[in-house]
Amino acid sequence: MEKLTKDKAKWVYKTMNDIRNFENEVHNIFTTGEIPGFVHLYAGEEAIATGVCAHLTDNDYITSTHRGHGHCIAKGCDLDGMMAEIYGKETGLCKGKGGSMHIADIDKGMLGANGMVGGGFPIAVGAGLRNKYLKTKDVAVCFFGDGAANEGTFHEGINLASIWNLPVVFVNENNFFAEATPQWYSSGSKTIADRAAAYGIPGVTVDGKDLVAVYEAAGEAIDRARSGKGPTLLECVTYRNYGHFEGDEQKYKAPSGKEKEEANRDCISQFRDYAIEHQLLTNKEAEEIESQSMADIEHAIKFAEESPVPRPEALFEDVYAN
Amino acid sequence: MMSRRLTFMKAINEGLEQAMEKDDRVILLGEDIAGGADVKHLEEKNEDAWGGVFGVTKGLMPKFGRERVIDTPISEMGYMGAAVGAAATGLRPVPELMFNDFIGFCFDTILAQGSKMRYMFGGKAKIPMTIRTCHGAGASAAAQHSGSYYGMLGAIPGVKVVVPSNPYDAKGLLLAAIEDDNIVVFSEDKTLYGMKDEVPEEYYTVEIGKAKIKREGTDLTIVAIGKMLYVALEVADRLAKDGVDVEVIDLVTVAPWDEQTVLHSVKKTGRLIVIDEANPHNNTATDIASVVSDKAFDYLDGPVKCVCAPNTPVPFATNLEQLYLPNADRVLKEAAEIIEDLKK
Repeated sequence: MEKLTKDKAKWVYKTMNDIRNFENEVHNIFTTGEIPGFVHLYAGEEAIATGVCAHLTDNDYITSTHRGHGHCIAKGCDLDGMMAEIYGKETGLCKGKGGSMHIADIDKGMLGANGMVGGGFPIAVGAGLRNKYLKTKDVAVCFFGDGAANEGTFHEGINLASIWNLPVVFVNENNFFAEATPQWYSSGSKTIADRAAAYGIPGVTVDGKDLVAVYEAAGEAIDRARSGKGPTLLECVTYRNYGHFEGDEQKYKAPSGKEKEEANRDCISQFRDYAIEHQLLTNKEAEEIESQSMADIEHAIKFAEESPVPRPEALFEDVYAN
Repeated sequence: MMSRRLTFMKAINEGLEQAMEKDDRVILLGEDIAGGADVKHLEEKNEDAWGGVFGVTKGLMPKFGRERVIDTPISEMGYMGAAVGAAATGLRPVPELMFNDFIGFCFDTILAQGSKMRYMFGGKAKIPMTIRTCHGAGASAAAQHSGSYYGMLGAIPGVKVVVPSNPYDAKGLLLAAIEDDNIVVFSEDKTLYGMKDEVPEEYYTVEIGKAKIKREGTDLTIVAIGKMLYVALEVADRLAKDGVDVEVIDLVTVAPWDEQTVLHSVKKTGRLIVIDEANPHNNTATDIASVVSDKAFDYLDGPVKCVCAPNTPVPFATNLEQLYLPNADRVLKEAAEIIEDLKK
């Protein structure tokens, strides 16, 4: 596993800030009505996408979720193109035809945010099958929420990856809630990672707000997959800062107590403190990254706002190849 | 081309073999398409146990190995979705859905994932996968193994659907489907597997989207899908005795179906019967009737007649199953309104 070097720490801190700023700005803009449809925000969960994707290259694949903006950013998708996509503009990563729930960039190994809860499992298995068949050292990572863990695709996908010994890492983001229903109500197993035993693969639970913990656990799981030792189920326990979608009143969240304390713990400031303490970042570098990130997001918003909407003919394009 | 008589099943088997020889990216996945995975005494002899539940893929695993002929657990959504993922990342998978009736287990992977990826991703993705499956009543397989759902699948934007009626088309359409960069459903009528006909030895393709005129005529057009072609030809023979000259079209491709050939024929004959083994509502026949009524209304001398399976599941009892299937008597009866005045 590659150590968390100074360069990597800079990338990590920039990526986490990009996700947070991107999502906070989408949250603000959504209230103005400029963004159509639904958006599901990733703010608060930055340590997971970042800590996992820190180990990936453009040749590795990921599948994502409803709450996919963070995975896209961590996998290297263009911020301008992403924001334009969410605005439904022609310059969007998907020409404005996918939207928030379907942002994808196959050239970056990003096989799509997914409007179907649990839709990513078999697709990641297919990408893993491809990697194994072509004898590459590339891996596929399937991000999924605690809600998706209760879909049938969880079982079939992980079972196939296990029996075929595929280079796939299943990364669960347990953010307490599937829509408005808590994880503890929905799951027969105490943890998601406990279920790994049923498939004969390692199951690991980590603090999903601790970037370093995610980075190390993901690094080990990805190394394992790359070296042909098969899949891992990695559960990262985190918390959703915003509602299921924008406009959700979030009545189901605890107003005080342990859950509220957990909600208030911030993965970005936690990493900032760690990085400075371990001399991976200086205060000055951190501040520079923070302002650069904000400038990049502002650029993306301007780009999206100024971009044209798709041409009417685009309605009919790209239904079939050729 | 050198040709010899092959069964429908063997023609498909040979098509798969030639596609795999031509392109290493072609892999097969499915339940017991080899059979006997990880069974030592079979491994030692490099033998497959089944070669598919009907034997369509027999011999392919021994030739190409288990890396390319992949037995899956009974796990349709898992392996069908994996085929989508493998196709999106550069392979050309040919998953087998043992019976089209199992589509419910894996529908999301086609309806919400594979068929929409290219469009949702702004044209960046290609999903070159061919789903082999089988449909059709007449094998006493009852309600959950006998339905005909090619029309339902063909209604999904981004999906092509072909239904071969004979061994020649089966091989050539399969090879065209595997060459195609889209999801193509290749729907085999299980009751045609034993049918024999001339099939070229060489690699060849049959064009997707092009219907075939099987018999030329001037009085009445009958469009048929898959096995229903033989019902149409029987009707044409019987009506010929009454001096009625029937044009018979094998639709070949259900989606996108060949509007040009059908409209051209209807404009010539002025009368149309469509025979479709699917249930009667929202199927390919009703779609053809709708388009023809819209685009050739002034040429029609009577209503378009759709002769389909009834609005019931497929029954088990042999006599009821025979009543379920469209046949020549039913076509003559149900379309009498546009046939009777043609008789001389």
